Amino acid sequence: MAVVYVNDKPVDIGNDKLNLIQAAERAGVFVPYYCWHPGLSVVASCRMCLVEAGERKPDGTISMQPRVVPGCQTPARDGTVIRTQSERSIHAEHQTLESLLLNHPLDCPVCDKAGECHLQDYSYRFGRATSRMIDDKNQPPNKPHIGEHITLFADRCIMCSRCVRFTREVSGTAELHVINRGHHSEIDIFPGRPVNNKLAGNVVDLCPVGALCSKDFLYKQRVWFLKSEKSVCPDCSTGCSIFVDHNKDIVFRLRPRENPQAQGYFMCDEGRFDYHYINARERIKVPLHKGTATAWEKVIPSLRRELAESAQKDGGRLGAVLSPFLTCEEAYLLAKFVKGLSKEARLFLGWVPVRGADDTYPKDRKGRPIQPVKFTIHAEKCPNRRGVEEILKHFQGEVVYFDRALEAAEAGDLQALYVTGGYPPRLGEWLPAPVVQKVSKAPLLVVQDLFSSEATKAATYVLPSSSFAEKDGCFVNQANLAQAIHWAVRPEHHSRSDGQVFLDLLERRGLLHAEKLRQELSGEVPYFAKLGEGDLGELGVRLG
Amino acid sequence: MPMKDEDVRWVKAPRMGLVEKLYIPAIMQGFQTTLKHMFSPNVTQQYPEEKPKLPANYRGVHRLNRDEEGRVKCVACYMCSTACPARCIDIVAAPSPWPDREKYPEVFVIDELRCIYCGMCEQACPCDAIELTTLFDHTGLSREEMMFDKEKLLSVFDQTVAAGTDPIRTRSGKLSIASEPIASEPIASEPKASAPKV
Repeated sequence: MAVVYVNDKPVDIGNDKLNLIQAAERAGVFVPYYCWHPGLSVVASCRMCLVEAGERKPDGTISMQPRVVPGCQTPARDGTVIRTQSERSIHAEHQTLESLLLNHPLDCPVCDKAGECHLQDYSYRFGRATSRMIDDKNQPPNKPHIGEHITLFADRCIMCSRCVRFTREVSGTAELHVINRGHHSEIDIFPGRPVNNKLAGNVVDLCPVGALCSKDFLYKQRVWFLKSEKSVCPDCSTGCSIFVDHNKDIVFRLRPRENPQAQGYFMCDEGRFDYHYINARERIKVPLHKGTATAWEKVIPSLRRELAESAQKDGGRLGAVLSPFLTCEEAYLLAKFVKGLSKEARLFLGWVPVRGADDTYPKDRKGRPIQPVKFTIHAEKCPNRRGVEEILKHFQGEVVYFDRALEAAEAGDLQALYVTGGYPPRLGEWLPAPVVQKVSKAPLLVVQDLFSSEATKAATYVLPSSSFAEKDGCFVNQANLAQAIHWAVRPEHHSRSDGQVFLDLLERRGLLHAEKLRQELSGEVPYFAKLGEGDLGELGVRLG
Repeated sequence: MPMKDEDVRWVKAPRMGLVEKLYIPAIMQGFQTTLKHMFSPNVTQQYPEEKPKLPANYRGVHRLNRDEEGRVKCVACYMCSTACPARCIDIVAAPSPWPDREKYPEVFVIDELRCIYCGMCEQACPCDAIELTTLFDHTGLSREEMMFDKEKLLSVFDQTVAAGTDPIRTRSGKLSIASEPIASEPIASEPKASAPKV
């Protein structure tokens, strides 16, 4: 049991290995920092976290070190004394900030980082109001060629080297490095070797100032207009925790959210930049019955009636395909609805997209993965195969895959087929024409999807589906971690979320309430028992 | 409830004397005022034939200023739309086509019907690009017509410059504090707390 004294306040840090920044944080004292990041190595180069440190002897006397020390590099031990408010610490803070701002262009009005910039925040909290710099500022030119998705405003850089360490330690690709020395240091790439690795987008989040910016988000929106919703990236079965930043029902960017249970601190570029389809105008917006737009109030009862009639004739010839893009709650509701129509109804797991093999980072110089693995992009490009599988197992004892649904449809064994999709267009057309020919042999075909396709042309009923940013629920990733997603933007005017459609089909009253449904789910399906109260917290709950 | 009789006090008008009963002094007094106004200078403004000369700090229609090269001065920082309490300013920023600037407004629209003419936008502007002019009599036949876009706002600038009715800040020629160094502060102004010996 180690006790640390932060500004004369004792804090028990247990047996944790902490540095002075973390120890001070436990005491509720904030120590500013730029170059330190819990996911990267320590270099203590920015000098922002300089604090006075010392030791409290067993006899109660305190001996302070005769200088300020970098908090990120100094381990906290039993009896460590930290002083952040002493004259010397505050003077160090002032001096560091003044030095960092010497060459900074102070172009906050046109900088994309303004509003979430640490240099801005700390200058406001700890810095001085005016600059004493009388010489010309050293302002190296912009480097938009630095990467496909990122651009470098070299004059704003404070040389914290977070980006350099990231490409060396986490992605392992080591494209970025520091050229020149001292006052003239710059971040740069090797000629013709841009930062195009699959984790490159993270350097934008890592950059504490506005030097590295995302080309995708550049000048799209000021960050203070954005509202953030906690969610989960649906692009692979890693299930990275993310923030969905949105405004006026438009998603503007996705950012990783720290979650040691899921992915750590980062996310990959595939997930980060694959959100534009949510805002796409081409999405299906209104339900269609035999090709004509029909109001929800008419579509739902007539669909329910037709499915019930089909189930009455022969329950075994009613099928439903549960997409791995459905949340657990939605899959549960749909399974319950279909099985409620007929015990013999058949449930299938929707198409599970797989692209190549799992991609692990860091990589070595030649692009071969090396150990220990710090980040994995899974080959399975869907968020909730595990969750949907468990629901299928509960409702019919086994998981029947999509190709069996196609076989059954081709053989004419299916009178009615309810197909859910929700696949992002990046995965390509998930029901190509030959497959649609098989599926459309079912006389009653219901397709619930984001975009029009061959399948929606052949379908009797077409229902608009909702993307992950438009619905509440939970996804279970490849490691059985159930994480909650929350709606950030509203679906188009006439659109209902998938879960709401299933609730309406079940003739349950009211709006979808994910927590209530999770309580119901945990009571009914043993695999989900740990969901218990329905609250998954920010980091999720491990199932199984 | 009717009023009690004892609560009622009857007051009678004072009796008029003979001079008062003639009414001639009162009539003369009235004519005096009339005659005074007949010979005093005219204060009525013949609007709309004559336009009033408004003070330079009047808050009328916005204008978007041009820089020395005639380009829009705005850098699309969104400070005005952030400060705007009526949320009437809509900007779409884009990378600027000019080398001396990062960002410029691709679209800049002010809903002049929604605007409350408070002047917060010109206070917020870090580069004095938006200003309120003395033009007040703008009309339109539709709501769309009153959505002033970038070209329209720049034309207001040209119009006011030609008419010599620049708003007051442009006349003073001073940029806002954010964009100008504080010349008054001497370099020797060290922080009061002298550096401890380290």
